[in-house]
Amino acid sequence: MRWLSRSYLALVYLLLYVPIVVLIVFSFNDSRTGYNWGGFSLRWYESLFNNHAMVQAMWNSLWLALTAATVSTCIGALTALALHRYRFRGKKVLNGMLFVVMMSPEIVLAISLLGLFLLLGLKLGYVSLLLAHVTFCLPFVVITVMARLSGFDERLPEAARDLGASDFTMTRTVLIPVIMPALMAGWLLGFTLSMDDVVVSTFVSGPSYEILPLRIYSMVRVGLKPEVNALGTLLLVFSLVMLMLSQWILSRSKQ
Amino acid sequence: MTETLLSLSDISKQFDDKTVLDELSLTIDDGEFITLLGPSGCGKTTLLRMMAGFELPDQGTVTLSGVDITQTPPENRPLNTVFQNYALFPHMSVFDNVAYGLKMEKRPKAEIQERVEEALAMVQLEDFAKRKPHQLSGGQQQRVAIARAVVKRPKMLLLDEPLSALDYKLRRTMQVELKRLQRELGITFVFVTHDQEEALSMSDRIVVLKDGRIQQLGTPREVYERPANVFTARFVGQTNFFPGRVTKIEGERISVDVFGLNRDLSKPSFRVAMNQSLHVLLRPEDIRVLAPNDTEGVAGKIVERNYKGSTLDSVIELEDGSHVMASEFFDEDDPAFDYSIGERVRVSWVDGWEWLLAEEGDEPLTDEEELAADDAEH
Amino acid sequence: MMLSIKQQPFRAAVLVLVWGWLLFLVLAPNMLVVGASVMTRDPSTFIALPLNLDAYRQLFNPLYLEVFLHSLYMAAITTLVCLLIGYPFAWALSRVDKRQQMLLIFLLIVPFWTNSLVRTYALKLILATNGLLNSALISLGVLDEPAQLLYTEGAVIVGLVYLLLPFMILPLYSVFEDLRDDVLLASHDLGAGRFATFKNVIVPLTLPGVLAGVMLVLLPAMGLFFVPDILGGSRNLLVGNVIKNQFLDARNWPFGAAASIVLTLTMALLMFAHRLSKRRLGEEGA
Repeated sequence: MRWLSRSYLALVYLLLYVPIVVLIVFSFNDSRTGYNWGGFSLRWYESLFNNHAMVQAMWNSLWLALTAATVSTCIGALTALALHRYRFRGKKVLNGMLFVVMMSPEIVLAISLLGLFLLLGLKLGYVSLLLAHVTFCLPFVVITVMARLSGFDERLPEAARDLGASDFTMTRTVLIPVIMPALMAGWLLGFTLSMDDVVVSTFVSGPSYEILPLRIYSMVRVGLKPEVNALGTLLLVFSLVMLMLSQWILSRSKQ
Repeated sequence: MTETLLSLSDISKQFDDKTVLDELSLTIDDGEFITLLGPSGCGKTTLLRMMAGFELPDQGTVTLSGVDITQTPPENRPLNTVFQNYALFPHMSVFDNVAYGLKMEKRPKAEIQERVEEALAMVQLEDFAKRKPHQLSGGQQQRVAIARAVVKRPKMLLLDEPLSALDYKLRRTMQVELKRLQRELGITFVFVTHDQEEALSMSDRIVVLKDGRIQQLGTPREVYERPANVFTARFVGQTNFFPGRVTKIEGERISVDVFGLNRDLSKPSFRVAMNQSLHVLLRPEDIRVLAPNDTEGVAGKIVERNYKGSTLDSVIELEDGSHVMASEFFDEDDPAFDYSIGERVRVSWVDGWEWLLAEEGDEPLTDEEELAADDAEH
Repeated sequence: MMLSIKQQPFRAAVLVLVWGWLLFLVLAPNMLVVGASVMTRDPSTFIALPLNLDAYRQLFNPLYLEVFLHSLYMAAITTLVCLLIGYPFAWALSRVDKRQQMLLIFLLIVPFWTNSLVRTYALKLILATNGLLNSALISLGVLDEPAQLLYTEGAVIVGLVYLLLPFMILPLYSVFEDLRDDVLLASHDLGAGRFATFKNVIVPLTLPGVLAGVMLVLLPAMGLFFVPDILGGSRNLLVGNVIKNQFLDARNWPFGAAASIVLTLTMALLMFAHRLSKRRLGEEGA
């Protein structure tokens, strides 16, 4: 029984990772056709970095993810604090709305935002992308921070004030350090979601601001492009680093 | 001789239309160990939080050494709190936790170092300064919380059920330790608990609270031996309530009919009239269990028998169906001592050991009803 | 509480910011979609008066109805496959000892943090006519000539399962984690056999996880339009593709909006079922 369940786990992991391994191996394949091994080569990485538009899209995406993650972390953290600390009218509605944003199909969010931006006459580009990305990252940051706050002892802020800390000092010396791991984890999650997003970006981006996922999308729709293997490998390594960082932060804080 | 340190006058507080404190007044003397005792929801914690500054009264004033501090935020009050679950800062070492309050006062580094070490030595935790709170046991965390609060040399230490999270044995040790600390430091301790045993053994004075009002204020002995009302008598220790009726009033003496016995008692402090019903209170340890052929007392039979080590507790059912609790000290030399269940006995007490209370409008709840009310509250 | 009294300005600022953001970027746009769905198509302004239900009527046009049903069918199969793979997987995972569990869960969410387009593309490398799978099958002698794997319904389902499997496993894993061994022992102790325990104890207790997983898989499985774009060809479209085409290519906003409302209603239905199942177990619904 134990043997069976172990092999089953192994089999599913194998299926999950085969495509990723294939992708990595093929990124070093010299062959142009992409199906046969033509020897080790870094030519696709080279051609990737020589592609000016591609590099530009990469920078655009990084900048977008960086700003979207930061803005959503700030707003999300404040929201989580408000939900945690204050009693106010419509708290349940607010909670519900965040949950709905998180659960609703991305495409629904995408078209609704497209409608809004066109109605307002907002030029599709960096700003529209930023607003959209912050919106879909927000609930994830909120739940990450809320999870941390729910384990938070209500008496800690009081203890700090009892010992002579002003409200501001208390926030700086107790509240923020305690929720810091959640803030960082939320930021990393937001960053990754933003870097990965195709659905929403397809609708709300314009020609003035090309981002990486859309560039990849246009490349992979037809045929096989060996550069994508190289790019995918780079993105994979990048996400792995981010994920390990986030896990490390969370596990260190749990001790 | 003693000086008033803190006084609360006419304090009222409501939460969502529920009155938590009801025009309560209380003065606390400098250097005393005073305990706020009461069941959950009686307002004791709210009262403590009001002293600390975490709650503002809807009405009334709080003065400390003659200065009105009603509106003063907690960080500006020279009082410190030991929280129920300690509320240690999880991201700081033991040293930093204790140093926190001194850093807020912007003390020089050397002074902080010295005073923190001193405080940790006082609670025997010198060797644990570098640990994080989660690396300590419950009792050690408790000591850190105390050190953190006393290092600021507050005028008053507020302790919110500080021992409730500890197991029985550790709780006893900490009780002794807290008393020692209070003697050494000479600061006023305000201690909140729902454990009457803890209150009796530690306090100089006890404030018994119920529904946001003071039921009784007195020394542990007064509260135990001379309860002011039915609630206090029921809440502090176990008590037998016997129904009595006044049959004769003569100077300072009255006669009371209890279970058909006519007992000659001294007149209580409240007014009595002929034929008035009253409660005759007897602690289980004041009850005598006698042989069935004895001439004294009321007849009954043993229905429960519990060996408690130093005492033997029994429940005796009288002929009218009421139950009497008795607690006798174990005496191996007395062969007649050991009764078995079902055995017929007689129940009596020594004159003068009883305590009389007037009947109140709202009659006392039985233990079961009290438990049910408690459950409903949670 | 005192802290909140002192912080009234801060509190107000936070609430205004959050409410503002949600009302402006979530509620208003969604109202807009609802509004658009009952308006008339207009080539220049996208939508125009008069109000009508034409868009909803168009949903029942046999042409689109077929696309919808096909999409729903593929999403359902995807969800079922995810559940069949994920349920025993989550159970097995929850029985692994803690130390290894951390690593295994980490390995499970790595793909989630990896660009989904790139992963879909990687499948293409494997499924292509002269791709790895065909080559492997031919060299093993299973096939004589390459089979058409890419641009089929199967390819789309494989792609969706591959992308969405972790979303099924994680909620299932969390309910299996909460399922205490003593409950199962109690069931056996009271005379229930393996199957009876499974049916009467395990299934009801893991139902909220199943529904959460279904919700997290079924909805995206109807919306992830890039999967058919890359793997499915023009015949295996999802509702997502229809919505995208209506908005970006055909410029028929009312119809696209109506289609997306159908998707939203499906979500509402699933969320309702999920809440109900949690409430049955006496937990506070999310």
